[in-house]
Amino acid sequence: MRRTTWTAALAAGVTSALVLTGCGGGQGVGGSTAESSGTFSGTYDGPNVELAYWNGFTGGDGPFMQKLVDQFNSEHKNISVKSNTIQWADFYQRVPAAVQAGQGPDVGVMHLDQLATHAARNIIIPLDDLAKEIGLTADDFTQNIWDAGIYKDKRYGIPLDVHSLAMYYNKDHFAKAGITDPPTDEKSFMEALDKLKKAGFATPFWMPSLWPSHLMYLSLMWQGGQEPYGEDGKQAAYDSDAGVAALEWQRSMVDKGYSPPNVAIDSQYAAFKNGKNSITWDGIWQINDLESSKVNYGIAPIPQIFDKPAFWANSHHFFISTQAAKDENKLQASKVFIAWMSEHSADWAGSGMIPARKSVRADAVKGKPQEVIAEQIENMHFLPPVPGVGGVQAETLEPAVANGVLGKGAPADELKSAASKANQLMERNRESFGD
Amino acid sequence: MASTVTAPRSETVSDDRRGGAPRRRDINSVGIAPWLFLAPYLVLFLAFVVGPIVYGLYISLHRYDFTLPNKPFVGLENYTDLFTPGSITFSAFWQSMRATGIFTVFSVPLLLVVPLMIALVMNRKFPGRNLFRAVFFAPYVLGVAVVAILWRYLLDSNIGLVNYYLGLLGLPDNTAWTTSTPAAWFALVGVTVWWTLGFNAVIYLAGLQDIPRELYEAAEMDGANRWQQFRHVTLPGLKPVLSFVTMTTIIASANMFGQSYLITKGAPGTETRTAIYQIAETGLRNYQMGSAAAMSYVLTLFLILLSLLVFWLFRDRETPKRQKAGAPVQAAPLMLRQGKG
Repeated sequence: MRRTTWTAALAAGVTSALVLTGCGGGQGVGGSTAESSGTFSGTYDGPNVELAYWNGFTGGDGPFMQKLVDQFNSEHKNISVKSNTIQWADFYQRVPAAVQAGQGPDVGVMHLDQLATHAARNIIIPLDDLAKEIGLTADDFTQNIWDAGIYKDKRYGIPLDVHSLAMYYNKDHFAKAGITDPPTDEKSFMEALDKLKKAGFATPFWMPSLWPSHLMYLSLMWQGGQEPYGEDGKQAAYDSDAGVAALEWQRSMVDKGYSPPNVAIDSQYAAFKNGKNSITWDGIWQINDLESSKVNYGIAPIPQIFDKPAFWANSHHFFISTQAAKDENKLQASKVFIAWMSEHSADWAGSGMIPARKSVRADAVKGKPQEVIAEQIENMHFLPPVPGVGGVQAETLEPAVANGVLGKGAPADELKSAASKANQLMERNRESFGD
Repeated sequence: MASTVTAPRSETVSDDRRGGAPRRRDINSVGIAPWLFLAPYLVLFLAFVVGPIVYGLYISLHRYDFTLPNKPFVGLENYTDLFTPGSITFSAFWQSMRATGIFTVFSVPLLLVVPLMIALVMNRKFPGRNLFRAVFFAPYVLGVAVVAILWRYLLDSNIGLVNYYLGLLGLPDNTAWTTSTPAAWFALVGVTVWWTLGFNAVIYLAGLQDIPRELYEAAEMDGANRWQQFRHVTLPGLKPVLSFVTMTTIIASANMFGQSYLITKGAPGTETRTAIYQIAETGLRNYQMGSAAAMSYVLTLFLILLSLLVFWLFRDRETPKRQKAGAPVQAAPLMLRQGKG
């Protein structure tokens, strides 16, 4: 990086050149195979097959997934699943290139809000028949999780779990401040903050400027009754009344002194673990990390600040790649793997996640920290299946939320320019994806 | 490469003896050997430098998303977008160019002057000199990820050690080193200088050791003081090294990516997002590779112009023409000898 001359400036060109040489004219991969994924018999009797299984479970969830994979391998003599675990941020950059080159995953897990993007890019195949054959129907899931896996009338993912934003609080701090129950609405939340301040915790609720600040923003926006991309998923509504109110509330935590200014990346969480911050909103995937730390934490749904209870959630979905679809054996084996995993999703609750299937959920999370969140599954909101939405948010919403929280610009102005830029990008995406 | 044509005279002679083959064939047969020697490098050069340059130009003329079968030709749209206010890429690109400019303007002078001072000290004889040299070079061997994660936590405005110790010293302890400008620029430039000064210092040191001692002795005899010796002996002696260091430092600074990607994440907002960062986001995260390629070429053009400026600044102004022409001839055998020895 320090001494590159031309090459660095041409990163994009190099990458594509390599990809193209790698796949030998990689256009229209899976053009026909994507339409039908064959029939599923429930078992796999073909020759020995090895499946490349990619996921991003790099945290406390990783060992639980590996345990499931090992169990699957020992129960299936003719299928060998090889895990490849990559950080999510890199995962989504590598999967498209790798699948096009035929060196990618046969089967894998990705986030719900990425399914549409990868479906539009022809990286993953529809799984309607698989869902039907393993008997998965909307009844076994919450409607919004089930529907969110559908892009252009086809299902692309089999839900494994749901995970959401939650409120973590320091029980010792709460006891010292005389707070008995975790706050549930704006009134009790502000009272709790004031009590904590009085008890000597000068800044009890650190407001992050980066991750997961935009997830807090989206949660608050949903609480205000606004869909972030409108009802049809075509227009960014960042600067709607609910959107502006959400960011203004976030900033007010700093202005009123509940949060120190200029909270840098991850420091609200580090401060929470060190007992310097009393309350933080973060994903339930942090449960295992907090369990292994010394902090005496509690977990609750994020309080209802605006009109109705709502919070951001996402979901891990299994997918099958267009690469696997080219090999009938790999396709069948992948389906067996997904069906088996779906049945065993109860064990996955150990990772801190909430199983997506209703039939296993209640028992699986019983007595686990995430139980209180699982009870509120109806209040979870998911991003709509808009191709490229992740990239659009990273480019527009996240900097706008950061600037709003940092006080660099008025929330309304920041969100307005972010929304107009997001609309430009989404229009460009629609043209590219031929929508 | 120009020398390949003229060098091996003797073969022509031997061909003549064999009975007068046409002259053109001679030159061709002569030409093969040097090309063979060059071949390994040439293949890499063509595959990884020339090829991507040409292919990148092609990409920049399309709406290019390598995952989609449809990559429509759009002519110069990606370029005109970059120069049209209000377009999809205009504001992001020029803000990132501004960030790169700010970083380059502040880091290059420091990376030229500070390592020179360190090299001057390291060039003296004193106890513990080797340790001293190692200490300054050590950070350079660390990767950008190590350096960036380390400093991200040290510089954290609320829980970082830097602010903590500043507080103990009675200085302001609430500077937002990673989330506000200009503090973030101080942080990024400071970290980069700390990290890479060892490299420049070592190059300077090598240059200093090549300056003949007699020149200093002569200067001393003429009554030159320390400063005059530095000004009239050291600096002119370092000139070739200085131009090399200037050029590589400018290019390295203009290509800064990892520090802001990992330490500030471009914060606040996208203010510390550099050009390479923006190109990577556009091309590799949002798959607008046509736009990203166009941005790359505009950035490259800037770097070429900057390099020409540096060449012009360091051109040989004082040396008379006759001497100048003679110099490289003398220098070449000298270098060969050193290489052999």
